[in-house]
Amino acid sequence: MINKLTVSDLTFGYTGQDVLHNFSMAIGDGQVVSIVGPNGSGKSTLIKCIDRILDPRSGDVQVDRRDLFKMNRKDAARRIAYVPQNSLRAFAHTVFDVVLMGRRPHLGWKADAQDEGNVWEVLRLLGIEDLALSFFSDLSGGQQQKVLIARALAQETGVLLLDEPTSNLDVWHQIDVMEILRALVRRQRLTAIIAIHDLNMAARYSDRMLMMKQGKILANGMPDDVLTPDNLEAVYGIKATVKRIGDSPFVIPLSRVPANSRGRMG
Amino acid sequence: MRPALLRSTPMLSRRIPGRRTRTGKMTPAQQAHAISVQGKFFFLGALLLLLIISAGFIISLGQVPMTVQQVYLTLVTRLIPGGFAVDSMISHVVWHIRMPLITGTVMCGVGLGICGCVMQAVLKNPMASPFTLGVSSGAHFGVSLAAVFGITFLDGPYFLVGNAFICAALCSGFIIALSALRGASSETLILAGIAVNYLFQAANQLLSYIADDEQRTIMSYWGMGSLSDLNWHSLGFLGLICLVCIPFLYRNAWDLNLMTTGDDCAKSMGVDANAVRMAVMVTASLLVAAIVAFTGVIGFVGLVAPHIARIIIGNDHRFLIPASGGIGGALLLIANAVSMNILGGVVIPVGIIMSMLGIPLFLYLIIRGKRREFWS
Repeated sequence: MINKLTVSDLTFGYTGQDVLHNFSMAIGDGQVVSIVGPNGSGKSTLIKCIDRILDPRSGDVQVDRRDLFKMNRKDAARRIAYVPQNSLRAFAHTVFDVVLMGRRPHLGWKADAQDEGNVWEVLRLLGIEDLALSFFSDLSGGQQQKVLIARALAQETGVLLLDEPTSNLDVWHQIDVMEILRALVRRQRLTAIIAIHDLNMAARYSDRMLMMKQGKILANGMPDDVLTPDNLEAVYGIKATVKRIGDSPFVIPLSRVPANSRGRMG
Repeated sequence: MRPALLRSTPMLSRRIPGRRTRTGKMTPAQQAHAISVQGKFFFLGALLLLLIISAGFIISLGQVPMTVQQVYLTLVTRLIPGGFAVDSMISHVVWHIRMPLITGTVMCGVGLGICGCVMQAVLKNPMASPFTLGVSSGAHFGVSLAAVFGITFLDGPYFLVGNAFICAALCSGFIIALSALRGASSETLILAGIAVNYLFQAANQLLSYIADDEQRTIMSYWGMGSLSDLNWHSLGFLGLICLVCIPFLYRNAWDLNLMTTGDDCAKSMGVDANAVRMAVMVTASLLVAAIVAFTGVIGFVGLVAPHIARIIIGNDHRFLIPASGGIGGALLLIANAVSMNILGGVVIPVGIIMSMLGIPLFLYLIIRGKRREFWS
């Protein structure tokens, strides 16, 4: 299989302890990959390091075998796009303007008719053309998340990074967003890397899962192989049963393992 | 014939609603968008027209009576000598006294409006204004130094201006350098700005405490802000700085749009947020320092003009920057006309009038304009 994205020996720390230490992984083309793990395991940090929002101390990231850290930001933004959690602060923009921002890495100074056409296409693809002139801040959480995905699509990259795309959404919108992502990955041969808390949502929609704890990958593979009671106990410190529902594993948490018997403080 | 013509002039074709696109007819959403863009162009055009017309009207006001027509005739005669017969007294008053004043007023208003707008964007803070980075207290300190100790950086008639400009630039340079040590986040810049502002204010108060009455009068008069010292020479310098700084700031309009959605987002879309913030801060501070050096502190226009523009035209900086400038120019023009004419021959410092007129307007807008939160 061709590697779309490889991360080698990434090390990052805020102050003092490293959040990621010599972290490496390889991700294939055209896949939905979920990264799961408890709070503070380094999921979001990893995503932000890959996209150079944070500056890692060492290591490198390659997309299509080209070194991301050696390009300028604009070139990097043509290869990899980032979908933040559905919260944009500061000044109000219309949906159209927010999605048009995604064209920035492709623009000179001016947005021409082609860029605007591209934005309309993406809005239509996600079924939110009617919202084009609404203000982003007036939308519901689910709609906002779709707009942010649209913006990332307008960036026309091969890789999408998503940070908790389903948090703060109701169940309908969670499924909606995940369905959209899977359809996009299938149809446009994108690679989506999703940091996510919801294990069952991740299991259902991912081709591959990575389970992280304290900045390291503890399990890596198909959802069936990753979501085992042993792994869940080692990573989350919980006793759980794993059933199969439909095509995917389904985790039912039962109880937490007392901290002293796990050898670390929760 | 007609479609071919349209295709060869893309700027024209884009502004015609209902135009057929490659993919067929425009959808209702696309039409609505095209209309809203046209509306923004229309507003900018109307603003420019309003500025030109009201400038002509305001020049005609004052101690020497004249008509608007005479004003325009004088200006035309200046450009095309011998075109019309114009009263030489009126000609002198228009060209050498009122014209530089009005031009300078508009220039200062435009500069302050634009600087306020970009500062609010890069600092992601609706309370930011051109003076957030200590330009005003720095400039005031420069004037105090000259008034109390006679320390001047320039000789000749512009010694006060030189002092104000250099101290203002040093003060904001100091703040920018300080925050660069800590990664130049907007919070650091604002906090460092407020702190250094207090420091220079304390220094000003100290100087004011030891000054005698005459020195204190110079210092406090300067603090009120006045446009009456503007002449063609000072305008040359101001114009040059505007010509360098404003196009540079406008070139960053896209990056500013992205930065208002947060540094993380901006970086992920290829904008080096910290570098843009630094460049914009340095440029805007330079421009404001130049304006403040000639006019004193006319602070309010830089805070209020961008907000009025946001309410009218939205937050796309491609339109917002010129709109903020235009509204800043118009506000200062009106405030200046009031300050020159309200008490007959006595000119009230324009900074006072600006605040007295502008603050009620601003309060009205933020109380009534609740329809949409333009920042949250």
